[in-house]
Amino acid sequence: MMHSSDIDILRFTTCGSVDDGKSTLIGRMLFDTKSIMEDQLQAVKSASARRGMSGLDLSLITDGLKAEREQGITIDVAYRYFSTNNRKFIISDAPGHIQYTRNMVTGASSSNLALILVDARKGVVEQTCRHAFIASLLRIPHLVLCINKMDLVDYNQDIYQSIVDDFRNFSSRLEVQDVQYIPISALNGDNVVHRSENMPWYQGTTLMYHLEHVHISSDLNQIDCRFPVQYVIRPRSEKFPDYRGYAGRISGGVFRAGDPVMVLPSGFTSRIKSIGLAEKELEEAFAPMSVTMTLEDDIDISRGDMIVRENNVPQSGQDIELMICWFNKRALQSDSRYLLQHTTHEVRCQVKEVRYKMDITTLRRIQQDPALGMNDIGRIRIRTTQPLYYDSYRRNRYTGSVIFIDEQTQETVGAGMII
Amino acid sequence: MFSYNLDHLRELEAESIFVLREVAAQFEHPVLLFSGGKDSIVASYLARKAFYPAPIPFTFLHVDTGHNFPETIRFRDEWVKELGAELIVRYVQDSIDKGRVSEESGIHASRNALQTTTLVDAIEELKVDAAIGGARRDEEKSRAKERFFSHRDEFGQWEPRNQRPELWSLFNGHHRKGEHFRIFPLSNWTEIDIWQYIKKENIRVPEIYFSHERDVFVREGNIYAFSDFVQLGKDEHVSRKVIRFRTIGDMTCTGAVESVATNLEDIIREVATSRYTERGSRIDDQRSETSLEDRKRAGYF
Ligand SMILES: Nc1nc2c(ncn2[C@@H]2O[C@H](COP(=O)(O)OP(=O)(O)O)[C@@H](O)[C@H]2O)c(=O)[nH]1
Repeated sequence: MMHSSDIDILRFTTCGSVDDGKSTLIGRMLFDTKSIMEDQLQAVKSASARRGMSGLDLSLITDGLKAEREQGITIDVAYRYFSTNNRKFIISDAPGHIQYTRNMVTGASSSNLALILVDARKGVVEQTCRHAFIASLLRIPHLVLCINKMDLVDYNQDIYQSIVDDFRNFSSRLEVQDVQYIPISALNGDNVVHRSENMPWYQGTTLMYHLEHVHISSDLNQIDCRFPVQYVIRPRSEKFPDYRGYAGRISGGVFRAGDPVMVLPSGFTSRIKSIGLAEKELEEAFAPMSVTMTLEDDIDISRGDMIVRENNVPQSGQDIELMICWFNKRALQSDSRYLLQHTTHEVRCQVKEVRYKMDITTLRRIQQDPALGMNDIGRIRIRTTQPLYYDSYRRNRYTGSVIFIDEQTQETVGAGMII
Repeated sequence: MFSYNLDHLRELEAESIFVLREVAAQFEHPVLLFSGGKDSIVASYLARKAFYPAPIPFTFLHVDTGHNFPETIRFRDEWVKELGAELIVRYVQDSIDKGRVSEESGIHASRNALQTTTLVDAIEELKVDAAIGGARRDEEKSRAKERFFSHRDEFGQWEPRNQRPELWSLFNGHHRKGEHFRIFPLSNWTEIDIWQYIKKENIRVPEIYFSHERDVFVREGNIYAFSDFVQLGKDEHVSRKVIRFRTIGDMTCTGAVESVATNLEDIIREVATSRYTERGSRIDDQRSETSLEDRKRAGYF
């Protein structure tokens, strides 16, 4: 456990098919970094014993809710925390079921890194391809393929190598920039936190070393200045009679006091008078900071507006092309209408066309079946009631993403990434 | 090129403030559930930062079991005054008097579970559509699956299988009449993050978090404060120990740890090296392996 307060955060998501050893791996990471407390360990010991195990079943550490305990599977995204001297880690643990694409997408949306498990005996399977595809679709900048259960294949290098080759072959058709391949045994701990003595042929780092050192500071867009206004602060108090502060979280770029800015959609321009948080004024602020901004001029600005630099404005329009993951039993169809949440802005939209559905195992486009059902991924075109100010998702995950809300049930039914 | 990077406390702060502002923007009657414990103190501290120089746009709601540490109540009143917030208190005693719940009996009697009814009633009475809590996902396994915006049905119940997916930082607070949300801005904080932040920002906390001498008794290996609200068992007796509390809840079920930590540095060191979780000494969680989950489903914090 760490003491230092000068560390950063790595968010990662874990994916694998049922029984590939995901729970064991997470348990192993927590155990070997001494992140499991004595009382939790006792609970795991007694649960292991009840299941007739002599030792410690590490997979039970991450065991979540009652319903899944009964079924013995993870059914929803769960979050785990641990830290080392270098980093705080937030794991979103997404289940491996086919029907739960939704959970992996959810976990992936905020992750810097995806950890994909394969069973060394089975190699790259359909699920592996699905997970890799979703990771690339959601633009997780870093990928780690953990080839697990190496102990069951005699720590054989050829088996490792052929899995690496298979995955390379598949992933060359995806857009993933950074992939690492690590042979491990989650059960015995080889190459998880401690270096394996059973695989002298492996020259790379352990999984934990990689997680601690992977370079993440350029994962956010620090170039295009984007400040979606979230809330307008107007105290109207004796001390602050005319104060107007624009509260929000910077979605991209670096803002400095004195910068000339433009407000969308009005197009009015002004300069930043101050930027900071509470009493603390800052010289500059960058993504993903939450700040309050004041401007030199009194302009009418409300939630949903976006403050940008005049010489670098986002795209705008009402006809938007997106990749979408559908989460609802009621299929998405042409002509369906939804509420759309984009940054802090909400509009209505109508689906104009479902261009294709993706077969995420073969990466083939299916054009003849225009409805997107639960857990389907496809490409659509929509028209919004008001213009959106957006960037492509590839350029900025925060100004390029939307969620679809069903107006009847109020549920979140889809997630879209603007092309 | 110079790279812009936030340390973990600033990133957590930014995330929590974003969530709090989203609540103010999306809901009509938000309340902040304030217990006087460190997590709700940090949540309210962040709320102040989020809306400064305007006052915090949330009413504070305290569900009072009547079995409080007097130090907590004193702290609560001072803190609320400092922040200029409005505090509403609803009492478990009133729920008992009205016959909404009945008091437990026996030596394990606690009002902890009864709070749920008082809370759900208050939410209905005050037409609350968002109740902000200080719960963290690292506290307990059923909390590990909580969303930032956690949907509750018209009976205040939580259905872990039917939660809304939360993507990027797009929070969907839409709901039907009678339904509400529990909001957990501190979801991604751990116990040590909370203490490091308290130290970094120099935030005041109730003195019972620090080492002090107190009349206590030991039950099933855990140390509890002796008070008028507890009934000792046959073999239990009161002794004096040097202790502190890691969590603050109802006096009858909040365990203490033996500790000489008198300042924040000591506490951070102690938490960093502790081999036990902070909830490890709460009787309410120990009743069964799934007790917190069962209470959460029913509408608990
Ligand atoms: N031999 C061996 N067994 C493993 C390894 N990792 C996991 N297992 C076993 O594989 C089974 C499934 O593991 P679990 O972690 O529950 O898989 P999950 O469904 O992906 O979470 C369990 O019996 C584990 O003990 C490994 O590295 N080597």
